[in-house]
Amino acid sequence: MPSNALKPPKNSKMPGIFRHQIMIPIAALVLLALFNLIADPSFFKITMGQTSNGDPVLTGQLITIIDYGSEVAILALGMTLVTASSGGQDISVGAACAIAGSVLLRVLCGTETSPEKLHAPIIVGFLVSMLVAMIFGAFNGALVAFFKIQPMVATLILFTAGRSIAAWVNHNQLPNVNEPSFGYFGSYIPGIPIPTPFCIALLCFLVTFLILKFTTLGLYVQSVGINEKTSRLNGLNPEMIKLMTYVFLGICVAVTGFIKVSRLSTINYSVVAKDIEMDAILAVALGGNALSGGKFSMSSSILGAYVIQFLTTTLYKFDVKSDALPAYKAVVVIILVIMSAPAVREKLSQLGKKLRAEKHTAESA
Amino acid sequence: MQDGSLLELRGIYKSFPGVKALQNVDFTLREGEIHALMGENGAGKSTLIKVLTGVYVKDEGDIYIKGHTGPVQIHSPKQAQEVGISTVYQEISLCPNLSVAENIFLGRSEGRIISWRKMNKQAGELLDSLGIAVKPTQQLASCSIAVQQMVAIARAVDMDCSVLILDEPTSSLDESEVAKLFVLMRKLKDRGVGIIFVTHFLDQVYEVCDRITVLRDGKLVGEYEIEKLPRVQLVSKMLGKELDDMADIKNESPEYDSKSDEFVYEGKGLCSSEGISPFDFNIRKGEINGFTGLLGSGRSECVRTIFGADKVTGGTVKVDGKEVRISKPIDAMKQGIAYLPEDRKRDGIIGDLSVRDNIILALQVKTGFFKPFSKAKATEFAEKYIKLLDIKTASVNTPIKSLSGGNQQKVILGRWLLTEPKYLILDEPTRGIDVGTKVDIQKLMLKLASEGMSVTFISSETDEMLRTCSRLLVMRDRKLVGELTGDQLTQNTIMATIAGGEKDAE
Repeated sequence: MPSNALKPPKNSKMPGIFRHQIMIPIAALVLLALFNLIADPSFFKITMGQTSNGDPVLTGQLITIIDYGSEVAILALGMTLVTASSGGQDISVGAACAIAGSVLLRVLCGTETSPEKLHAPIIVGFLVSMLVAMIFGAFNGALVAFFKIQPMVATLILFTAGRSIAAWVNHNQLPNVNEPSFGYFGSYIPGIPIPTPFCIALLCFLVTFLILKFTTLGLYVQSVGINEKTSRLNGLNPEMIKLMTYVFLGICVAVTGFIKVSRLSTINYSVVAKDIEMDAILAVALGGNALSGGKFSMSSSILGAYVIQFLTTTLYKFDVKSDALPAYKAVVVIILVIMSAPAVREKLSQLGKKLRAEKHTAESA
Repeated sequence: MQDGSLLELRGIYKSFPGVKALQNVDFTLREGEIHALMGENGAGKSTLIKVLTGVYVKDEGDIYIKGHTGPVQIHSPKQAQEVGISTVYQEISLCPNLSVAENIFLGRSEGRIISWRKMNKQAGELLDSLGIAVKPTQQLASCSIAVQQMVAIARAVDMDCSVLILDEPTSSLDESEVAKLFVLMRKLKDRGVGIIFVTHFLDQVYEVCDRITVLRDGKLVGEYEIEKLPRVQLVSKMLGKELDDMADIKNESPEYDSKSDEFVYEGKGLCSSEGISPFDFNIRKGEINGFTGLLGSGRSECVRTIFGADKVTGGTVKVDGKEVRISKPIDAMKQGIAYLPEDRKRDGIIGDLSVRDNIILALQVKTGFFKPFSKAKATEFAEKYIKLLDIKTASVNTPIKSLSGGNQQKVILGRWLLTEPKYLILDEPTRGIDVGTKVDIQKLMLKLASEGMSVTFISSETDEMLRTCSRLLVMRDRKLVGELTGDQLTQNTIMATIAGGEKDAE
């Protein structure tokens, strides 16, 4: 039965908005790429290099981007859902990454600072750290969902206490893992020239998309984020759904913590994953998702995360000093965020319409 | 401009993508006149008002206002205020946590220093002169909706408005409050203010208005003096057809349920956290019954208890003869109960989601977390109900918030019909929607009941309930005080039961 309702009229609003949202990070990406292409095309060069062990690996700026951008991208998955369901952000993910990493090291190394042999298989360590991260996620989620505390205030608690807890887990020691295979997760698995974090990220994306496809999580999260009362009257349990998103973010935190610790084979409690929460939130915002909750687009957030890393790498490339980096980043971020603000977008689309109309009249005349 | 007119609109056009909302509409408002603006949902009333108040900018046409030479341009609500047009909306747009006086003077104090005493005194004088019984220092949120509305009107009057637009002001007021509002409106009329009154209540139009302008499908049908336009004609002009439809329903007297003795739902000693006295309630298969009573008498609280929407604090429930526990909405949904809430905006719609998602939501929740409908399946469901209920939407992807009120209501109705309930609770399904849709919904109820669905219906308009219900439960002061069936179903008995002992005392 062909129906008119199936085919929205040409000037129907929704498809335009859909195109729009993913267009924001894409436009930012294209802009950054163009800038690099003009300034120095060698930015895009990818070469086959070798690790110190003689294994072949890909190197180049783009590889760095997909390598380091993956950490933020994984966090952005959880942050997107948390934002959509609770209309606020979790600012404790950096501290929680430190806790997860610390727990991982505690399980693998026991109480020794540099054991000859691992005390437990890596997978066990990871699972334990994931469990701990999920518990902390549930703690944040419970404060938000049941006690109705604003997400930023609720997660401020763990933000403040997290790094101390991480240090306490290992009695302020800095355990070192000597097992070479532990390092693979933060660099390269021998024989595979693609950085492992990117592979892990791809796996996370896949799992997330499968969850969104084969469960109703997406619909529920958006419903709760838009209208909690209505959601309840339609049989949903808004508190549980919010809690679930925070626990999901906990899983993402554990994965990121694992990558972070694996890169160094050790941990620095005060520096590891520092400020990563801001990048994760920014990724959500850059993806065009409303930070006040409601509708979300997962792929836009993921793309947003890589755009941020693209920007960081570009700035490094142009020899911006690392302590000056945040200032430059801020300027670019302001531009991007303003460009993606609904008010500005509306103005732009009006302008576009006007130009098109003028062109049209010019043609017909 | 003609003599005596305050406001003239000439040849107004406004279109949105895909819709011509206003086409060549004229409108004239005279001094000291209450002018009803009537039309079905989607007739263009809201658009016309929004053009007047600067929310939308008109595509074509001229607006003339007394005291201004030549056409005026209104590009923003602020400009509208500057030329003397003020609006009071159905939803109060004041600040609930400020005092009455603060709300009246908000945003227009002179100078930087506020004399609180002077402000409260001025507010007090203003409220007295308009006969509004409220203290200036009272916090707005603690006033009833009616008083809040009157405060909003007082604010508008004090801003020297010559044109006052009242958009559905009476839909959340009870009769005595409406009467007070009318006193206020007449007072303003005597001062020479022109009032544009938008409402769906015909009684009120005939009680208070001088003139009627009717719109239909974005076009002007005509302007009439109230004495020269009988009700039947008004309705037929709004609908654009003769009144067979209305007659149909009246002739179709509700069938008294002898055919079935099967109780679908039986509740004993039900009470909830919202403070209603424990009540018993039951409904048979294929029966339509209703709760009646004044606003605030506990009608909605009763059905919310049945559905588990509020915290249920006591009572036993049997569904189809089997004892069950209903403590939250999902329990009720699993028993085949559906509930269309009274407050559409707060409890009904998920504003940013599409019409499709809004329609499938309840069934999806019922089906389960791990069994999402495919997009094709969801679209199929949505289209079925868009067609069945004649929902006017650009597509299934349109966000529900961009639909008109009546169409939003139909989407929510569709959502619950999709779950194929055996017991449907409709709390004020016809509030704030046009006559045509009202008739559609009443007809649909009768049809569903004849197919075996049980329906509980709540409406502020008693004749609607008389037309459809075979049994009425009467509420007073949060207590169930009577049950009327058969011959007792007349306006007079209902009134007497609602009034109860007080009536005898008179």
